[in-house]
Amino acid sequence: MPCNRDPVAPEGMLAITGAGGHGALTTAQILLAALGRAGVHGLLTRAAGPQIRGGESAATLRFASRPVACMADRLDLLLGLDWANVERFVDELPVDADTLILQDVASVPPPPCLTGCGARVRALPLAARAAEIPGGRANMVALGALGGWLGLSHAALSAASERVLASKDAATRAAAIACLEAGLGLVEQGGCAPVGGAAGLWNLSGNEAAGLGALRAGVRFVAAYPITPATELLEWLAPRLPQRDGQLLQAEDELAAVNMVIGASFGGVAALTATSGPGLSLMVEGLGLAVASETPLVVVDVQRGGPSTGIPTKTEQSDLGLALYGLHGDAPHLVLAPLGIADCCFTLEWAVGLAEHLQTVAIVLSDQALGQSRAIVDPPPRAPQLPSRLVPDGPLDAPFQRYAPSVDGRSPMPAPGRSGCRYVAEGLEHDASGTPSSLAADHRQQLDKRARKLDGLDPGPDWAEIRGRGTRCLVTWGSSAGAVFEAAARLTAAGRPTRVIALRLIAPLARAALREALDGAAWIWVVELNQDGQLFAHLHAQRVLPPQARALARPGPLAWRPGEIVAAVLDAEETDD
Amino acid sequence: MTESQSPTTSTLRARDYKSGVTPVWCPGCGHHGVLAALTRALAHLELPRERLALISGIGCSSRLPAYVAAYGFHGVHGRALALAGGLKAARPELTVLVLGGDGDGFSIGGNHFLHACRRNQDLTYVVMDNEVYGMTKGQASPTTAPDWQQAKLTPHGTGMPRFLPTAIALAAGAGFIARGFSGDPAGLSRLLVEAIEYPGFALVHVLTPCPTFRPEHRDWKGRVHVDDTGPSTDPVAAARRIQADDGKTLGLLFRRALTPWRAEQAPACTLEEIESGLLA
Repeated sequence: MPCNRDPVAPEGMLAITGAGGHGALTTAQILLAALGRAGVHGLLTRAAGPQIRGGESAATLRFASRPVACMADRLDLLLGLDWANVERFVDELPVDADTLILQDVASVPPPPCLTGCGARVRALPLAARAAEIPGGRANMVALGALGGWLGLSHAALSAASERVLASKDAATRAAAIACLEAGLGLVEQGGCAPVGGAAGLWNLSGNEAAGLGALRAGVRFVAAYPITPATELLEWLAPRLPQRDGQLLQAEDELAAVNMVIGASFGGVAALTATSGPGLSLMVEGLGLAVASETPLVVVDVQRGGPSTGIPTKTEQSDLGLALYGLHGDAPHLVLAPLGIADCCFTLEWAVGLAEHLQTVAIVLSDQALGQSRAIVDPPPRAPQLPSRLVPDGPLDAPFQRYAPSVDGRSPMPAPGRSGCRYVAEGLEHDASGTPSSLAADHRQQLDKRARKLDGLDPGPDWAEIRGRGTRCLVTWGSSAGAVFEAAARLTAAGRPTRVIALRLIAPLARAALREALDGAAWIWVVELNQDGQLFAHLHAQRVLPPQARALARPGPLAWRPGEIVAAVLDAEETDD
Repeated sequence: MTESQSPTTSTLRARDYKSGVTPVWCPGCGHHGVLAALTRALAHLELPRERLALISGIGCSSRLPAYVAAYGFHGVHGRALALAGGLKAARPELTVLVLGGDGDGFSIGGNHFLHACRRNQDLTYVVMDNEVYGMTKGQASPTTAPDWQQAKLTPHGTGMPRFLPTAIALAAGAGFIARGFSGDPAGLSRLLVEAIEYPGFALVHVLTPCPTFRPEHRDWKGRVHVDDTGPSTDPVAAARRIQADDGKTLGLLFRRALTPWRAEQAPACTLEEIESGLLA
């Protein structure tokens, strides 16, 4: 079996497709939960058609006995609950001659786009077995069959089923368990059945991880407007913020959301909003106000295909230019990007700490591939604790100056209620006291003050994840890091030592540290998921890339797969030779 | 935030609520009267200055927070209500006043106005309506008459009906709707006191003439008239009254008891308890 590449640590990838209501995604979620209970790592992505409900969907699940950070290049197994409109997902279903395709005995055969490669098709009595059980469903019989193929126990599958279907009535849950029992023996254990046993794993999506990072950082106020694919982050936080002395407010639009966050932060409370590209476009006005008035806040942009309404349900990393350069005026702020699903938690916690410490804006660039994917992961570590927001200390011996220049640019920010240091936060340029001013000297003083806060930041080691050595170097950011790490490991194993620099902090850029990390690299690729090569252009503008560096950039909506990166690197090297 | 009430609060006078910064407003601008009425109302209410936050957007009237001895936020154009809503939600014990003009509140900020009325947070919104954009030198605003032809951008008039702040606030669910006049600081001050004490969203629509770009509005002094029949409490009756009004009636037009907005509550949980829900 080609999937059984490593007999010690087997791994594999399966996909489930089906029309809405056939339960493709639910089936995959239960499988993922069962793998997690068995101590197996996994990654589950979903692809949906344009319908809000009832449309076709595809779920892809990769599993391994080590952390899984990206999808594999091929499918070991494809289950078609039906083949309606499956052509829409053909790009997401990389079948080959070694893929096992499962379907119901009564189903029409798969379309040629799936079988043209020579994949075997095997028919199972899914509907017939389900019909023998009152309330039985074919997808739950299929769940049992897949569980058997994965070598999962009945106990793990039924516990996972109970958890994922917790909101269903008792009869539905009992029927589900009877169905998965009926399906367990339909397919023999496959060669890529994973080895489990890891303890203490978590099951979460990138959006949930980001929400947890916000709670860990002490965020107590969120205002936001619903938008795909960020909404689940808000839905996860809505019931949990009140449990942490906080609250979530649904705003009338993104313009309101960002200003509500500014108001809460002015009130002394760590505050956050989450959105996607179209919403970030609207919020940019408010971000400029937050920078000018030195009011800390965090925006999570769960990116999707753009521009405009673009591709709301699929991924892309094409908002970097907006995040870096979208604010008018000279407006220094932070831009960060989580490097994986669990890292959404770490990066969010760190971003809130940085924003509070520096009294400025932090934009966190997650994306649909992180936010709406679910993974079995090791619990994310805590972010470094930074000094909190500077507040006036003790009695003041002179009139309070909110925007007084200082060595590191930071100045005390009292919250309303503190006597003796009332001030008016200003979006107009102002002097040290906050009084509006259009004098050149005041403008220069305040621009310098705000720039100094970021210029002087020592980000420590967390500005990037750096792995490997070698004269070949892949530079990347955000969600592409998972596929890039795996591509580098394959290149290294193939005798082409490759290092990776995955940027978590993009602005302010740790220029000296990045130059040092690039030292000695003869071949440099900047890998990212957008057409223009937005990070590549930014790194050139920042004068950190040597002239031989080249862009490896393509648009979404499909995330990078490691084989694609390996092929592009090898192809370019052969051309060079 | 644990600051106790200043022991000298009860001895504060209106002038103690002025910051000492000289207003940018033109001589004769109605906004001077609003500032006087507001500081008088604050002194009457004996509000501690550090527990008071004045939030504004952009425009001549939005400069007002700098002239009051309180916390303040001079934000961007049209978004003052949203910013104030976030502050009030995060710090419900503060007294939060929102100030601005007709362009800020009803044009660029129109959507936030509708939803602030609906949300019914305990905010006081003072709109200084001079029927013109003063800071950008004389363009038509949403409350400008359709046939006003003195603006270079709309030389034949806007041709659009006026935006009716009181009628729209009523339709959007506001529970406190009043109109004042900058030329009557004593009457306006009384309305402001009542608005600040009202436990919900209170709109105070203030007619404030712009002598620079709308010098003809000097005649407002003779056109305003006080209605002392007291506020309507029934929205249907209030709608009739407001629709039949000439826009120059002063007084409390509508007042109704409504439940103010309140954040979701839940029993406290530790981070560890929340994280345990993520175990595979």
